[in-house]
Amino acid sequence: MSNSPKKKLVTLTIDGFQVTARPGMTVKAAAAKAGITIPTLCFLRGVSAIGSCRVCSVELEGHDGFITACNTPVADGMVIHTDTERVRTYRRNLLRIILADHGLDSTAYCFSCAKNGACQLQALCNAYGATEPAWRVEQERKPILESNPFLAYDPNLCIRCQRCVGACNTQARNHTLHTAKRGMRTTIEAPFGPDWKATTCESCGCCAAACPTGAIVEKRRRTYRSWETRRVRTTCPHCAVGCQYDLVVRNNRIVDVDAAPGQTNDRRLCVKGRSASFDFVDAPDRLRTPLVRNPTTHELEPASWDEALDAVAEGLGRVKREYGPDALAGFACSRSTNEDIYLFEKMVRCAFGTNNVDNCARI
Amino acid sequence: MLVGSNPEEAHPVLGMQVRAAVERGCRLIVVDPREIGLSKRADVQLRVRPGTNVALANGMLNVILRDGLVNKEFVDERTEGFEQMRAVAEQYPPEKAAAICNIPERDLVAAAHLYAQADRAAILYCLGVAEHSTGTDGVMSLSNLAMATGHLGRRGCGVNPIRGQNNVQGACDMGGSPDVLPGYQKVANPDVRAKFSAAWGVDIPEKPGMKSTEVLPAAIRGDIHGLFIFGEDPVRTDPDTAEVEQALEALDFLVVDELFLTDTAKFADVVLPGRSYAEKEGTFTNTERRVQRVRRAVTAEGDMRLDTDIFTDVMNRMGYPQPRLTSAQLMDEMASLTPSYGGMSHTRLDAQPAFEHGLQWPCPKADGPDTPVMHVGKFARGLGLFAETPYRPSGELPDEEYPFVMMTGRILYQYNARAMTGRTHGLDEMGGESFIEVNTQDAERLGIADGERVRVSSRRGQVEVAARVSRRTNPGETWMPLHYREGNCNVLTSDFLDPVAKVPEYKVCAVKIEKA
Ligand code: SF4
Ligand code: SF4
Repeated sequence: MSNSPKKKLVTLTIDGFQVTARPGMTVKAAAAKAGITIPTLCFLRGVSAIGSCRVCSVELEGHDGFITACNTPVADGMVIHTDTERVRTYRRNLLRIILADHGLDSTAYCFSCAKNGACQLQALCNAYGATEPAWRVEQERKPILESNPFLAYDPNLCIRCQRCVGACNTQARNHTLHTAKRGMRTTIEAPFGPDWKATTCESCGCCAAACPTGAIVEKRRRTYRSWETRRVRTTCPHCAVGCQYDLVVRNNRIVDVDAAPGQTNDRRLCVKGRSASFDFVDAPDRLRTPLVRNPTTHELEPASWDEALDAVAEGLGRVKREYGPDALAGFACSRSTNEDIYLFEKMVRCAFGTNNVDNCARI
Repeated sequence: MLVGSNPEEAHPVLGMQVRAAVERGCRLIVVDPREIGLSKRADVQLRVRPGTNVALANGMLNVILRDGLVNKEFVDERTEGFEQMRAVAEQYPPEKAAAICNIPERDLVAAAHLYAQADRAAILYCLGVAEHSTGTDGVMSLSNLAMATGHLGRRGCGVNPIRGQNNVQGACDMGGSPDVLPGYQKVANPDVRAKFSAAWGVDIPEKPGMKSTEVLPAAIRGDIHGLFIFGEDPVRTDPDTAEVEQALEALDFLVVDELFLTDTAKFADVVLPGRSYAEKEGTFTNTERRVQRVRRAVTAEGDMRLDTDIFTDVMNRMGYPQPRLTSAQLMDEMASLTPSYGGMSHTRLDAQPAFEHGLQWPCPKADGPDTPVMHVGKFARGLGLFAETPYRPSGELPDEEYPFVMMTGRILYQYNARAMTGRTHGLDEMGGESFIEVNTQDAERLGIADGERVRVSSRRGQVEVAARVSRRTNPGETWMPLHYREGNCNVLTSDFLDPVAKVPEYKVCAVKIEKA
């Protein structure tokens, strides 16, 4: 990106609005400046802009065909129309061709898909009235690759937009997922088949997050429908990178994680953040009640909070009376929040009366 | 320059960004005894003998001095102690340093040139530097390198610790340490004590406390009698498991606040069920000093309580009047006492731009900026101080009986003692079991095949695990992951401590290996 202030800005007209833009900006980005959204499918900001689906096609005056807004740079004096009847018909026909590639006879099949309600192809087909594929689709079902514990690839639903390839190349930088040629057709080689352990895939799931359809999904996607959920932005607890993500919640249970545009992770996550950051919250063996050691049986037994807290105050209080405050100590947890640690440290210093407080930074 | 840091496994999204930087043309030096994933992308790979980081840094400094690559202007204007540092560095000519580190001299020289001549160069280091009996010197010797070359106080530079756990940075910032109060304000300073005593309404004890690694031996000696452990599992994660268990047995009273009945909680007199990160409001501070919000998504069923409420109840029952505050109120109180967090609040973190960017301390004023890059123009202490860091060998070296060096570390698919990740069963297929990496030559000599069970023992204990035979470790060196209960490497690790930071030497102990 050039930030030289001397580069001349260009002016163009989009749907009747005058827009000034930096040279090198795409028509799509310039339109966004004017509040005009151009639909896209294979485009993913910062990840992929190969212009293969052509759903972002717009009319450029003085130009016969259509241009793709996601990767065509602006030029001075361009006059662009993003939403004419001709554009809409063109997009509808494109979507019907993509639908045919999507392996479905009609959108009615969508209800069985994990991405139902969160599928960008479905949303676009709805918006443009594309309900039938462009031609009859052969009902030959290719096998689904789903040996990876977290990820599955259904080649039948793949529309070859290659966003997953972009994600693996430019987000994960792992270069595992790639395209191949089968005759005339481009296919996606996803590393989730029976030999998944032998691949270099790190199961980060960046590809699944990039897939606009239900072709590459996190398997857990099958356990909920997105309209049943709400999202809560938070910070991954698994390492000091501190990736930002949304916990996806249905009925007081976390069902999924969705990467967010945090400054540090910019929509990337690793396998721990994406797949292992919530099962433990409601794990069957979670401690759910205080336990106090029975003085006669020496077993830990369930107790009320009052019993437990009294026992704590009594036990620590006795040590303090008999041996002085410096016979007490506290270890805080460097996986817990700042607020927890602040109050813990205050407790040790003010209520215990000692500076014997430390966290597990050392171990 | 990555030193003792394997971000592709331990900090994976950072690893992705290091890969991106290399693909964009950034040059890479990897300092690690093992062959790590990023080694194959490195311009220079230095497979140093475990525990010799200080010798390497001194050797690189020697080359930088010898070849006139010192950034004079930076050294003159911004640092002190250069001559003392030079006197130490001069004792480590490259041939000597390379011999200590067991690496080719030309690689050491190449690394020194590459680092010193880069227009901007960052050092990223992790526990491979800190977890040594010479860890503090390891860090200081890297700072010497950065100061001598002026690679500090600018974007893309610095000596950057990649913290070993998600909120180590915050836990230290919050004063969860025996000698400092929040914001690294020293307990030893009477003004600091006066300020906190006034705010908290009790006299802050003057005597600095004991570090966690000193507390457990003190319990065995009978100097510590009562312990409150919040969310830690020293039985699993501290070195020398047998000694930790002995210490916990020796206590008169042990309280554990936990999510699960861990091996440590089993020793407790009282176990208190707390709440996980997904069930509370709060903040974490990442390795870039970036404070970011944690928000409550669910409330798991059961009689668990917010940990801050638990502490409040204990404080009141022990006679200290602590009002019940929300997490946001606690941050406000902390911020009012901690200049570097002074301008932060949950309200500010919940609004843009901090909602996406977080806030990087120091951020002293509510209406002022945060600080993405530290030490710009001036160090926190004024002039940057060169340290004198002669090389000292590790606490426990291999000998006839225990001929192998063992190191420990993390793998991509697990986190710490697996209290959290161990409950996602899909990960078991990816990394469900402990193992030990053994060099191919050593394995041949011992007649051990890849995948075969071996007995690994040290002066402190023994475990049985599968051997992974490869050239990832050098001959004479082995490596174990730190996550597992069966085949726990900490049964073996040594409790030699760094004299300043009291960090155990997880990265070097001596073991022997036999067929099981
Ligand atoms: S899970 Fe990650 S590494 Fe594996 S194919 Fe997808 S993007 Fe690539
Ligand atoms: S998603 Fe991965 S890299 Fe990001 S904070 Fe979590 S564990 Fe670290």
